[in-house]
Amino acid sequence: MIPSLPRPLWLRIATGVFVAAFLVFLFLPLVTVAAFAFNDAPYPAPPWQGFTLDWFTGNDAEGRTGLFKDEELMGSILTSLLVAAWVTLLSVVVGTTNAFLMERMRFRGQGLLSLLMLVPLVIPGVILGISILAFASRVADLLGDVFGWEAEFLRPGLPLVVLGQVSFLIAIATLTISARLKRFDRTLEEAAYNLGASRPAVLATITLPYLRPALIGSAAIVFLMSFQDFNTTLMLVGADSPLTVMMYGRMRDGATPVLNAVSVFLMVASTAIALLLMRGDDRRRT
Amino acid sequence: MAEVGSKTTRLLLLGLLLAPALVWLVGVILLPHLDLALLSFRERIGPGEFSWSLAQYRTFFAEPLYWDVFVRTAVISVIATGLTLLIAFPIAWTIAKLTRGRVSALLFAVCLIPFWVSETVRTLGWMILLRETGVLPAVLVSLGITDTPVEMLYRDATILVGLVYTSLLFMVVPLYSSLESLDDSLIEAAYDLGGSGWTVLRTVVIPHAAPGITAGCIVVFMLTLGNYLTASLLGGKNSLWFTEQIYTQFITRFNWEQGAAFGFLLLALSSLMVWLGLRLSGQKFADVMSRT
Repeated sequence: MIPSLPRPLWLRIATGVFVAAFLVFLFLPLVTVAAFAFNDAPYPAPPWQGFTLDWFTGNDAEGRTGLFKDEELMGSILTSLLVAAWVTLLSVVVGTTNAFLMERMRFRGQGLLSLLMLVPLVIPGVILGISILAFASRVADLLGDVFGWEAEFLRPGLPLVVLGQVSFLIAIATLTISARLKRFDRTLEEAAYNLGASRPAVLATITLPYLRPALIGSAAIVFLMSFQDFNTTLMLVGADSPLTVMMYGRMRDGATPVLNAVSVFLMVASTAIALLLMRGDDRRRT
Repeated sequence: MAEVGSKTTRLLLLGLLLAPALVWLVGVILLPHLDLALLSFRERIGPGEFSWSLAQYRTFFAEPLYWDVFVRTAVISVIATGLTLLIAFPIAWTIAKLTRGRVSALLFAVCLIPFWVSETVRTLGWMILLRETGVLPAVLVSLGITDTPVEMLYRDATILVGLVYTSLLFMVVPLYSSLESLDDSLIEAAYDLGGSGWTVLRTVVIPHAAPGITAGCIVVFMLTLGNYLTASLLGGKNSLWFTEQIYTQFITRFNWEQGAAFGFLLLALSSLMVWLGLRLSGQKFADVMSRT
């Protein structure tokens, strides 16, 4: 509170009401989704029919397939986890080399390169998706014509989904890791060199441990954004659908509360990650 | 690490660090977009035969449907960005200036929580709330405001609600960080010199927060323009959002040339707005991006 500011009573009440209304707006959809995961009715709609866990544990009896018995959904969760794991690994590794490149090297064209690294963040995800789709199949056609190779991994499918998500998530990892590397006190490294440490030893014992919070933080953000990505993924999926694409398809067809059950699962999982992160590093940036 | 190592090792290191960056930027960003550009400028004249042409772009301007959807998408995105700014500003102000310590941190954390859950889940929530058999229509009937449940989905207003909701985080965060760095004594001084609340807002607060406002608006506009999920689920099945047109051409009709042209038009619009935003507020791209 800025103490000396004139704040009439009506303004204070108005602010309070606005903030309260904002919070209701923010949480209304989430609470609704969660509540209807436990409603004893075949569709996620009012009225309230009583509490049930059928949408989690139901096994086909009464036509209710619960989340844990819904192999399609469980499979798509695994697919999403697999994709997110690869995307996280690639993004954090390239993000780290990029951070060292931009913070520790000086070369011609560096300014241009650092600008280019931001560009993927202002390209709509759908366009990243279609451009990679088109380019990958051109390359696949070329490989087929010239060498007679069947480059299956360049056709719509999980490898392309990974590539599509990596295309913009590397930029986010680079920003996060660079920001921390920039604040690093170089004298620490120099001291280690003076004491006779080799370059790899300094990297392993001084620089990387210092970067650890940024590495973990960017890994978590990238993992989460990969898991939630829809726009880019939609353009590049093949036979195996990640969770978001699977849910989208079912939402269009009017699905049972099993989708609410998945959502509850996602809320619990992401809250857990969020809490872990907030405890770990308060300066995490989005 | 320039202090240690000979010139060759330095060059080797530079090469090793440069390689992943170039593979990423050239292989995954630059070349695919060049390819997309080439694709948009050709026309299929026979089986496996193509020629250069502007046909794809001509179709866009000649067919009112495409043009209308494009303009509609742009206009709704601008409105959504403005609304998001109007809603997010008081919230960011409250977190940055009206609360302190734990309350402020808690409020900020609470604002972030919904965005840890995927957009799919949030959209599912709005669908359950707003559809004809949903929660809000039922509430309206039981309150006696309407006689029968009204369908609240598939309207422009609904799309706006969904888009604003999805975008709030990307506005609150940059606004908060730019407002937080504003020195309280500047605001007090402005009041002491007799400025009214409105004058202080206009001459002190907004100029200081301009980079944050620009960053937020650019990101929100870009995300709304490129949104697919919210627009298509809350807006119905008529493909009236431009990204849906791109999807239809690319995936459903397999008309990649047309889809590529649409993609480029969307990219052009999005880049134009980013440029305009930077221009109007006198900001630099790199400064703005580092705030988001």
